[in-house]
Amino acid sequence: MYNDKVIEIFKNPKNIGELKDANAIGTIGNASCGDIMQVYLKIENNIIVDAKFKTFGCAAAIAASSVATEMIIGKTIEEALSLKNADVVAELGGLPAQKIHCSVLAEEAIQAAIKDYKEKNNG
Amino acid sequence: MKVYLDNSATTPLNPYVLEAMLPFYTEKFGNAASIHSFGREANRAVSDAREIIAECINSRPSEIYFTSGGTESDNWALKGAVSVSKNKNKHIITTLIEHPAILNTCAELEKQNVKVTYLKPSKEGIINIKNLSESITEDTILSTIMFANNEIGTIQPIKEAAAICRDFGVLFHTDAVQAMDSQKIDVKDLGVDMLSMSAHKFHGPKGIGVLFLKTGSRLGKLINGGEQERGLRAGTTPTPLIVGMAKALEISNRDREINNERILRLRNRFIDMVLSEIPYAYLNGCRDSRLPNNANFSFAFIEGESILMRLDLAGIAVSSGSACASGSLEASHVILSLGVKEELAHSTIRFSLGVDTTEQQMDYVFNVLKKTVDDLRKMSPLYDYEKGIGSYV
Repeated sequence: MYNDKVIEIFKNPKNIGELKDANAIGTIGNASCGDIMQVYLKIENNIIVDAKFKTFGCAAAIAASSVATEMIIGKTIEEALSLKNADVVAELGGLPAQKIHCSVLAEEAIQAAIKDYKEKNNG
Repeated sequence: MKVYLDNSATTPLNPYVLEAMLPFYTEKFGNAASIHSFGREANRAVSDAREIIAECINSRPSEIYFTSGGTESDNWALKGAVSVSKNKNKHIITTLIEHPAILNTCAELEKQNVKVTYLKPSKEGIINIKNLSESITEDTILSTIMFANNEIGTIQPIKEAAAICRDFGVLFHTDAVQAMDSQKIDVKDLGVDMLSMSAHKFHGPKGIGVLFLKTGSRLGKLINGGEQERGLRAGTTPTPLIVGMAKALEISNRDREINNERILRLRNRFIDMVLSEIPYAYLNGCRDSRLPNNANFSFAFIEGESILMRLDLAGIAVSSGSACASGSLEASHVILSLGVKEELAHSTIRFSLGVDTTEQQMDYVFNVLKKTVDDLRKMSPLYDYEKGIGSYV
């Protein structure tokens, strides 16, 4: 059901763990539904200089977390906000239909982290 | 290393079984319903197979009906009992932990105004017989309780349940699909009216099963057509599959004790290793009244499918929840019915050992599993890896 790229990324995911000096954290999902994604960002001068994740979920959720964090490192906040779940799916070379929601989680977790950052810095 | 620990999903065909089947695809290809010598040859083989299977389960040959497998046998038992019942209101009693072949058939019957009671198991995964007798009403036509659960392997008190149903004049059916390989089945001693089995769970071919139907019990037809199976189950007799099923059950019966003893020792050793050396690992279902080849754990803070995939990448085949459920995102209905929290139910893996499983394989599986659980917990937002503390349980 998974393509080789998803399996390869699941095998060796990038950006795992907490980011000690993160200034933005976003959490999406809940354990009773079977997946939670937590994204840690370090933002300097409007640029995402580092990103890490912790995910409770299936192989697709872990692979989506890995590619999504990779895709936004070095990007501006605006660029990261424009990342859509379809971009994550494309980067993974496709996901099975019932796993598309994992890519949505990745998009939402990044948006939640940026919202957290904006609230801390404007509020 | 390749390790197959999904024997509850299916088992490899025994080479002796294949050998017995092959002539019935080629030189002995006749239709068992034909009168000529080709047909008679096939018919004889089917009769012999029916006798072998009857002897294995202590029934009469005329009580053995061949079907396409466990699912059809379950469908037939339930739908057939409902269709011949003259009750104005029809009531069935089953359990929350049945296979989808029973649960989805019950759901279908509910749409036809059949009332269904679902008995809840104990935390240990065993049905309380008292709940069965309390649920029987004057409308109850049938009770169906699985012999052994497909996910957690717990063995139900079938003999006691059948006795209660007999007292109340209620038909009793058991889905024995998971039990056939390791449990000695004696339908007379059990006192069941109907019993479903499937050959591929005991090293026989896929696509063939049996419904045992006790003499005197009546059942409506599920499939209309020719006069095969005493006019109750139409369709050209699949001679090679039937021959294979009989051979497989014969071998399973012969080797049962030796296999059980060896597999049980490997399984118990594995459970002990997991529970003592992997923190926050929980065994689902009681340990004693359980199929010897089943171990089912929840590993808190990590998700079942990702454990399954990691093990698969190391050549180890297991199942998360039940195989039928792995395309869906819902936690196993069996694990939830035990009262396990939803987040923990998502963390469930079934290991089902088989005749080919070795100690060396189980050591390898344990080592890969321990590392897998550790790696996945490092990336779990529910677990503080440095402190070894999780956010629940």
